[in-house]
Parts: sequence; C-alpha cells; structure tokens
Amino acid sequence: MCATCGCDAEAGVRVFGPGELAYGDPAPAHPAHGHASHEHTHDHPHYDPPTDQPGTTAADGHPHPPGRHPADQPHPAAADGHPHPPGSHPANRAGAGGSARERTVLLQEKVLAKNDSLAAGNRAWLAERGILAVNLMSSPGAGKTTLLERTVRDVGTELGLSVIEGDQETTLDAARIEAAGCAVAQINTGAGCHLDADMVARGLRALDPPAGSVLVIENVGNLVCPALFDLGEAARVVISSVTEGADKPIKYPQMFRDADLVLLSKIDLLPYLDFDTERHAADLKRVSPRAAVLAVSATTGEGLPAWYDWLRQRSRAA
Amino acid sequence: MHELAITESVVQAVTERLPGSAITCVHLEIGPMSGVVADSVRFCFGLVTEGTSLQGARLEISQPAARCRCRDCAAEFEPDGMIPLCDCGSADVEILAGNELRIRSVEVAEVA
Repeated sequence: MCATCGCDAEAGVRVFGPGELAYGDPAPAHPAHGHASHEHTHDHPHYDPPTDQPGTTAADGHPHPPGRHPADQPHPAAADGHPHPPGSHPANRAGAGGSARERTVLLQEKVLAKNDSLAAGNRAWLAERGILAVNLMSSPGAGKTTLLERTVRDVGTELGLSVIEGDQETTLDAARIEAAGCAVAQINTGAGCHLDADMVARGLRALDPPAGSVLVIENVGNLVCPALFDLGEAARVVISSVTEGADKPIKYPQMFRDADLVLLSKIDLLPYLDFDTERHAADLKRVSPRAAVLAVSATTGEGLPAWYDWLRQRSRAA
Repeated sequence: MHELAITESVVQAVTERLPGSAITCVHLEIGPMSGVVADSVRFCFGLVTEGTSLQGARLEISQPAARCRCRDCAAEFEPDGMIPLCDCGSADVEILAGNELRIRSVEVAEVA
C-alpha cells in the first residue's frame, strides 16, 4: 500500500509519459489492477525499502496491500467473547498484568518525513536544472486544465512549458494539454486523493523537462489533502473560481494559507453570478495575507498577461 | 481523507525504525493547525496496524496548543481555530506551534 496516501494507491498509481497517452480509452483497461494492457514505464519506486516486489501479490494474481486481504486476519473474537477491533483493547499485546515489560523508544520523527525528503530530492533536481515547478491546486472544475490549455497556447513555447497532470483516473486532461501543444505526463493516482513527492519523481523521470523550463504540476482536484504534501515545487498556485462561491478561502484555510499566488478564475461569468468579490478578497487577506492575487478568465483572456508575467518572473528566479 | 495516508506513514516509519519489535503503544503529537484530525487517525489506526508489528497497540495522541506571533505588532497569542487573527486586527501571523505532526515515541514489549 502507498505509505503516503494509504489508499491502495501504490498498486493503482500509473504514470504515462509523453507519447504514452491512451487516446480513445478514457478508462484504461482494468484500472484497479494498475496494469493496463498498453505500454508504460515499469520503474516503480516504492516507499518501502527497494525490494521492488513487495511480496503482496496474492494467489488470485492481484496485488494486495499487506493486511488488507480478507483472509489475512479474520478478526477472532477475544477471550471475553466480544470481538474487539484491533487497537481498541488497551492491553492486547503487553498483557494486562504487566507480565511483559515495556520499553519506551523516543523517535521524534515527523510523520511526513519520507514525503518531505523525497520532495527535497525533487526540489534539488529541479533547482540544478533551473526549472520552475509550480504546484497548481484547486477544487475539481475550477478551471485548472482550461487555464493551462490557454497558457500553453499563449506562452508555452516562450516558457518551455511542460505539464504533469494528476487525476484519479483517465488520461483525458493530458490529452487536452498535449493537443494544446506541450509535453505532458499523466499520473493516475487510483484511489489516491492527492499527488505525493514520489509520484512527482516518477512523473519527472517520464517527462524529463529541459533545463530552464517551466513545469506546472496540476494536482488532483481537491481543496483539502494536497495541501499537506510537499511535491518539491518552488511555488504553490491555488485557483478559486467565481462559480464556486466567495467563501472557499475561509472554508479551506489550510489550502489557501500556503499559496504564493491565488488565481480568481472564470471572471467572465461574474455578470451572471452573485459573487461577492469584496468578501472573497477580504477573506483571502485574512487566511493568506501574503499571497498575490490575480483575477483571470481563460475564456476571454482577461488578466492572463499578469499571470504570464508572474510565471516569467518566477522562471527567471529559478 | 488523508488521515488514512498519515496513519500509514506512522506505521511504516515505526516498522522501519524498529523492525521485528512488538509495539505496544504509539505516542503521536498532532497540532491543531496541522490539518490532521486526531479522531480520524484513531479511526484508521486499528485498520492500518492490522497484520503489522503494531497490531493491538494503544494509540496516544497529544495535541499541543497552537501559538502564533503577529508580524505587525509582535504579540504572541493562542489562535482561536484554523484562521489566526491577532487582537490588533492583523492576519499576518507566524505560526510558532500547532503544525506538529510527529511520532514522539513508542513502547516496545520486552521479552523477559
């Protein structure tokens, strides 16, 4: 099981490099098995020590995460006759009478230490090559891919733009980005609700962006989980769309708190919506006083030059 | 539901640091600003530890108070909720404590 997302994603994560997109196959065959019939890279680094075969392939031929096989642990009833969920009995292992002694081992380890160290590796790799990596996050449907399509068309060549797409399933977004005209890798997280540093490392190997270029990592659409996982990016950009309502920053403060730039998107729709722009700006100021804010429309192009300038400026500093 | 992810990371970190040891208790530190819900971790813990050397272990979570410093007036204060706001009206604050997400220690069963 994926140590970071804990949601069977290790078995389910698939990375499609440029030229490996499964056109006309929006749901690759047997996505839950993690191995569609088409070709894709098989260098699967694991969080576990690199044994490569974690020994979790069960007799039925499908990989099972340890401890998740229905036959593994049949939940025997305890001695008192009541079934206890594991972990609920205070003295399961040590024995209630203290017959076994306990020794305290201080660990003082950050829970996300592993992801953070992989992210640091990504960051160093990107910095060596002068590549600006942007972690683009929002709720689903806020307009991440549409904004990127337009960005690729307008300044893709100038910035040397490439994209890593993160979605639970399908290569639909990668196909859109590739059609817009830039190199793209697609990560399917399976059951995972966010990208992590290991997935991005795999995406970087598949994509191999050139030195001095700009890489946008489009995270899984989700305003909660991606906030916790450092990918090795130089900047975090969060999209807040006017169709979502003005209260998103204050409802999801964790996501907006660490944003370097907030893009208020779909502003061409403002005349048709009851969107309180002032409230949105005030809430954002409260949650993330240091974030830059730009209002944009990928449909009309309004505000996009400022977004492109921001990318240029950050790219020069990378 | 990243708490499942977080709990998995805990189990993996402990089993890597102490391979083969029977773990009887895990002490975690989860700050109120960490974005992780302690009750959700408790919920996941039994499920995730099943079949590992942590199976049956107790889970103890301490939740240290959050602490912020205002970048405008330099006052230190304990924030009320996830969106810290200084009494002076500024939201530009540095989080000094509250982001903790740490495995503090574990108890290991010693064979007599």
